[in-house]
Amino acid sequence: MNFKLKDIGPQLMTVIAVVLVFGFFTYNAQVNMENRGIDFGFGFLSQESSFDVQFSLIEYDGSHSYFRAYLVGLLNTILVSVIGIIFATILGVIVGIARLSPNYLINKFAAFYVEFFRNIPLLLQIFFWYFAALRALPLPQDAEAMFGISFLTIKGLYVPAFIWQNFDIFFYSLVAAIISIIVIRIRAKKLQETQGKQTPVLLISIGLIFILPLLSFLFGGVRLSFEVPVLKQLATTSFIYEGGVSLPPELIALALSLSLYTATFIAECVRAGIQGVGKGQKEAAASIGLTPNQVLKLVVMPQALRIIIPPTTNQYLNLTKNSSLAAAIAYPDLVLVFAGTALMQTGKAIEIVSITMFTYLSLSISISLFMNWYNNKIAIQEK
Amino acid sequence: MSKINFLKPDKSNLYTFLYLGSFLFFVSVLDVLLNSFFSLNLTGFLPSFLSFLLPLILGFIGLFFIRIELSGNKHLDLLNKNINTNNFNAVLSLLIIFIIIKSIPPILSWFYVDASFAGDSKDVCTGSGACWTYIKVWIRRFMYGMYPNGEQWRINLSFIALALLGSVGFFATDRFKKYLTLYYVVIYPFIAFLFIFFFISGGPVFFDFSYGIIAAILSIIIGFFIPSKFKFYYFLIVPFALYVLLKYFIFYEELIELGKLDGLNWVETGAWGGLSLTFIISFFCLIFCFPIGMAFALGRRSEFPLIRYISVGFIEFWRGVPLITVLFMSAVMFPMFLPADFFIDKLVRCIIAISLFEAAYVAEVIRGGLQALPRGQYEAAKSLGMGYWRMHIFVILPQALKLVIPGIANTFLALVKDTPLIFVVGLLEIVGMLNLAKTNPEWLGFAMEGYVFAAIIFWIICYAMSKYSYNLEQKYKTDR
Repeated sequence: MNFKLKDIGPQLMTVIAVVLVFGFFTYNAQVNMENRGIDFGFGFLSQESSFDVQFSLIEYDGSHSYFRAYLVGLLNTILVSVIGIIFATILGVIVGIARLSPNYLINKFAAFYVEFFRNIPLLLQIFFWYFAALRALPLPQDAEAMFGISFLTIKGLYVPAFIWQNFDIFFYSLVAAIISIIVIRIRAKKLQETQGKQTPVLLISIGLIFILPLLSFLFGGVRLSFEVPVLKQLATTSFIYEGGVSLPPELIALALSLSLYTATFIAECVRAGIQGVGKGQKEAAASIGLTPNQVLKLVVMPQALRIIIPPTTNQYLNLTKNSSLAAAIAYPDLVLVFAGTALMQTGKAIEIVSITMFTYLSLSISISLFMNWYNNKIAIQEK
Repeated sequence: MSKINFLKPDKSNLYTFLYLGSFLFFVSVLDVLLNSFFSLNLTGFLPSFLSFLLPLILGFIGLFFIRIELSGNKHLDLLNKNINTNNFNAVLSLLIIFIIIKSIPPILSWFYVDASFAGDSKDVCTGSGACWTYIKVWIRRFMYGMYPNGEQWRINLSFIALALLGSVGFFATDRFKKYLTLYYVVIYPFIAFLFIFFFISGGPVFFDFSYGIIAAILSIIIGFFIPSKFKFYYFLIVPFALYVLLKYFIFYEELIELGKLDGLNWVETGAWGGLSLTFIISFFCLIFCFPIGMAFALGRRSEFPLIRYISVGFIEFWRGVPLITVLFMSAVMFPMFLPADFFIDKLVRCIIAISLFEAAYVAEVIRGGLQALPRGQYEAAKSLGMGYWRMHIFVILPQALKLVIPGIANTFLALVKDTPLIFVVGLLEIVGMLNLAKTNPEWLGFAMEGYVFAAIIFWIICYAMSKYSYNLEQKYKTDR
């Protein structure tokens, strides 16, 4: 009996404390909401939102519901996170490898980059790019064309839009190419394990991913044309580009600072990962006659990736969470659209803040689950 | 044979190639140098595309010529090994050298040569460079926020005093070394709290403070004569006894007058701001998040499933959400959870929110330290008959915390970099003040100067901290 009490006692106390705190909060919330005449509920999500959002991936205006506004914000958050992750990874890997270069200048240049961008608060960087650097860009009427088709102006980046005909056929051909590549890879691996034959998988994959979509152009009736943005005069001094795709300066500033900032951390992860592979491994691989490329591909990278991936996942998560700083420069992300404008309009603080937090929580958890799965897949299988 | 080989640099024709190569290399560097510093284009007679690429080509050929393995010349070998190992590296080295040379003049002229420093109005800023006058005029706002100008000595004095008290550890003799942890974990934060609460905010109960100081000084002086055996109990009891004695029994009018310090007005937290607020918030969040984080780290490794689940839930929740939503929660949602007549100051709510947020990260760092300890340590402590708390306080935590000091320092670094986010609840530290100053109609158009200024300050703080944590890491690495 004594033994059991010793086990249950602390747990019971903790649970009672947690329940008491939550009960206290809930009770207060109920009293407060009754006093102010607010009722709790998620019914407002289907009401008409009656506010507009500057930049949206899906069709949206004031007549749509709050739920639609939530979706707009969420998609914008995902968009900037994905752009940021892609560029941060590319830049981070390059800088991380550069930090290991035997070349003194490259090494120090990369170190300078990392130390510089890592030690300045992200919010300050976003402000810098948005309020100071991008404000120095030319007005739409003065902008010079880049490659004759896109324009970088103070009002954003204008790039040509793709106009597809029979896009679905093209899409299916792409899917077919990817599936066949996966099948070929599996067969090639089996072939190597059973008969020791090596197949040029990379070449075949590159060929497939180009040839199948190309065939869809030739025979499937897929047509692609570009819509180039054109300068249009609204008033005597007011110009705007029409047509094409416009990326607002908020998005550019945010994506730029997120990728520059996160790339420094990814670079450190990559460096640590490659340094973590023992020197003996490389020497052993070289001594059994592998070429330097094969050493990198077959010996160093598989081991380095195991060290690199967990901390890099953390950085992806951080980037996604940091994208919420968008609210500071009025990029319409989840926080600004939903926890900002929608909250002001409805006054439903508890519901909206909880939905926002829960969304970020599920984004984080889904990324970390995916990365855990990948991490397990490439982990050393101990027998 | 030698005729065929004449393009291949080696040891036999070392000097020919060395002179030719260095000549070409220096010509290329000189070209870029003249071009960027004096805007002279030596190769202007060539087509523009060729003129643009010529330094690169010349430099590349030059570096190719001096790439002689085992030349016997020490400096040449060093050069080749470091920047000139192969063609690809040579091109990259050249590019970096040229970029550095090209970017020095504009940066220098913006920062210093064309910048304006004098004067105290916008009119002096006519040059193309930076307008540091803007920073000079606004410096008090950037440092102290809306804190009244006449009262700013209170912040300065508090910070100087805290810095001095904080540096006690470096001068402590061996006799006092063992009390240092106690000092830094309990006494120092308490003193800091008193300073900030009573001195910076000018709380109405300030005169209590003078009793406290007198009691502390008296007890420290007497403390020197107390045998070390009783010292612990002495410092546990006597300061508080002295304080009570002074306040309620020995009733000196002079002391009360001394303590009142008429000039100290109440400055509400809404007026605090600037860099000093960054320091205040970072400081409080650090001392609060540490014990909370430690508790949850222990909870996550607890044997009791319910405590473990609650800790995991807490940690994962705070780690999964961005700080900005946490601050939103503290601003709009938290007041709903409290009784209607119960008001918590905005700054305090902010500090609570950031502390809880950072506590989750600290918990994970400390958990790493706990996991890194060999199991033998736990088993040895248990076999000596130690209970859970004794084992952790005397055996496990001292070792684990020593392991995670760099990790804690990194978390603290992240915390300092996160403080600008408090703009969400309307508190303006340095970045917020910059944005406010930027919109002032008299000072439009100086956003760049402000951000560069703040960036330099933050960079110095963060770089110093990261170097310090790196040094600690190296120090403790050799210890084990």
